[in-house]
Amino acid sequence: MTDGIDKETLFRLFETMLRIRLFEDRVVRLYPGQEMKCPVHLCIGQEAIAAGVCLHLKKEDYIFSTHRSHGHCIAKGMGLRPLAAELYGRSTGCSRGRGGSMHLTDPENGIPGTTAIVGGCIPIAVGAALSAQMKRNGRIAVAFFGDGAVEEGTFHEGLNYASLRRLPVIFVCENNFYATNSPQKARQPEVNIADRAAGYGMPGVAGDGNDVMFVHDSCREAVERARSGGGPTLLEFRTYRWKAHVGPDSDIAAGCRPAAEYEEWVRRCPLELCGQRLIKEKALTEDDIDRLTGSIEAEIDDAVEFAMNSPFPQQSEILDHVY
Amino acid sequence: MPWTRIQADDSRRPGIFRSSHAVREISYRDAIREALSQALSMDPDVFLIGEGIDDPGGVFGTTKGLREVFGSERVMDSPIAENGMTGVAIGAAVAGMRPVLIHMRVDFLPMSMDQLINHAAKWSYMTGGRVKAPLTIRAIIGRGWGSAAQHSQSLQALFAHIPGLRVLMPASPYDAKGLLLGSIASDSPTVVIEHRWLYDQKEGVPEEAYIIPAGRGTIRREGTDISIVASSYMVYEALRAADELGKKGISAEVVDLRSVFPLDEELIIASVRKTGRLIVADTGWRSCGVSAEVAAVAAEKAHAGLKAPVRRICLPPAPTPASPALEQAYYPTFQQIAAAAGEIL
Repeated sequence: MTDGIDKETLFRLFETMLRIRLFEDRVVRLYPGQEMKCPVHLCIGQEAIAAGVCLHLKKEDYIFSTHRSHGHCIAKGMGLRPLAAELYGRSTGCSRGRGGSMHLTDPENGIPGTTAIVGGCIPIAVGAALSAQMKRNGRIAVAFFGDGAVEEGTFHEGLNYASLRRLPVIFVCENNFYATNSPQKARQPEVNIADRAAGYGMPGVAGDGNDVMFVHDSCREAVERARSGGGPTLLEFRTYRWKAHVGPDSDIAAGCRPAAEYEEWVRRCPLELCGQRLIKEKALTEDDIDRLTGSIEAEIDDAVEFAMNSPFPQQSEILDHVY
Repeated sequence: MPWTRIQADDSRRPGIFRSSHAVREISYRDAIREALSQALSMDPDVFLIGEGIDDPGGVFGTTKGLREVFGSERVMDSPIAENGMTGVAIGAAVAGMRPVLIHMRVDFLPMSMDQLINHAAKWSYMTGGRVKAPLTIRAIIGRGWGSAAQHSQSLQALFAHIPGLRVLMPASPYDAKGLLLGSIASDSPTVVIEHRWLYDQKEGVPEEAYIIPAGRGTIRREGTDISIVASSYMVYEALRAADELGKKGISAEVVDLRSVFPLDEELIIASVRKTGRLIVADTGWRSCGVSAEVAAVAAEKAHAGLKAPVRRICLPPAPTPASPALEQAYYPTFQQIAAAAGEIL
């Protein structure tokens, strides 16, 4: 077992990953029913990053994320009821039915919002960190983004300013090697995203994003640095998205990505890696996992039922919340 | 929140500008500076940020000396990264601050369109109103001395098109102070567009803080024969045109929009119904511009009151030229407004 991670922490990481996986799996099953009328960008295969990073964060710390944000929000503490209700466009949704899957919010849990423009959340997270620095409230901010965001100006402008002001922010790049279907090598001259940190005078760390213990360990230092006034860190976690860029289906048969590459990553499922470790360490049995799965499934049942029984927003409210 | 204690001036005051004997006269630039200074004093969450705002010139004097009073933590220089810094300001705003982001020229705002349009304008809506982005953006229209195509644009129509943004264009010192304070106090992202040629204008401005709500225009001069609806610098051309027309016995009413979005439709409709004739004078281009919007309000809601076609005085459909000879041909004047009035009277 990786130094510095006790069995209890590892169990909590596993539980969060399982909650994300089971929720996303449920979306896959329910989506063909066509009642969830919004594009869904699923994070199956990438759960370790959300879990490993968010376990370090306090409720009042900020996270900002992207179109692929279900996992980050669940890991940060968003309830499954408001999440499910938002996907179903109900007034009880976390964004009152105005946001859908791509615009989730939960200010009480440190989620001011998520944005579906690639790279858009990066300077916004930097701004939240500036607020924390000015208010001296001890909060930190995390920006989750994909490898595609590294090509956007917002990435460079955000990192430059964060480093200049030594702001308490962590840049978490989930490198799944594809921007929709364009491979990273067709878009970037250098594959090591973490190396970009050097140009902005901040530490950069790269590694296996499917190893939740690695994610958790490398994020600990970044969090300590941010909280102690040491400034920002760029973390690059390499991972793989199992589903298509958008929607509940696989894109492998369509030839969007090589089957061998996909299979290799599926063999390195973040939940399997962590679960097997827990079993090997005798911290968990197969029966425990089954029981945990059952209780999370019941939680998801409740969330979906809550969503389906919730009213839609009134059509007369179309102009509410614009200003 | 200290803002609730500030009195709102909800009136559509008649007359041209506040009389000088009632209160002290200060310039448009000093009115802006005073608004910023008072906002910084009243609310610890307010801060100013922008490239070069703490340099000796202080954005044409509007931020001069503020860093010395409030410190570089609250009056901050910034990288030249318009889009990124707009995002930073949004992030600070959604995390409890009230930033004022300052651009020396309106022309720099197109670089921040992603953060302005996709993020600032939509944050409240996308979060179901649960998270607000109380952000004020100041930008300045340049003009003359060969400012040319990239240092002189009037892009208010671009922003006024976007639900979620508010766009204010103060013409007078009194309005500059009240609209800016109102913008900082508001929970909505607001673009305040100033005009460089107005900085030396003076009028009576109360010393205490006050707010002019967005969406309230004002009558600068009462008249009965024709309405000239204008904003920003064109208010002054409209007033000179009204003087010219007055010499010929024509009574022109001058309406200052003050707020491009929301638009004071009620005021436009009332004026058009009264005079039956409308000229719109805008600092920007004609096509899909503010003048088109004002004309549409008249056509849709005051059609029966119109006795003649609407005339629009705008920039010609070309980028701004540098040569003084061409600049002279480019910018519309009071003579063109007066001539247009002659055509429809």
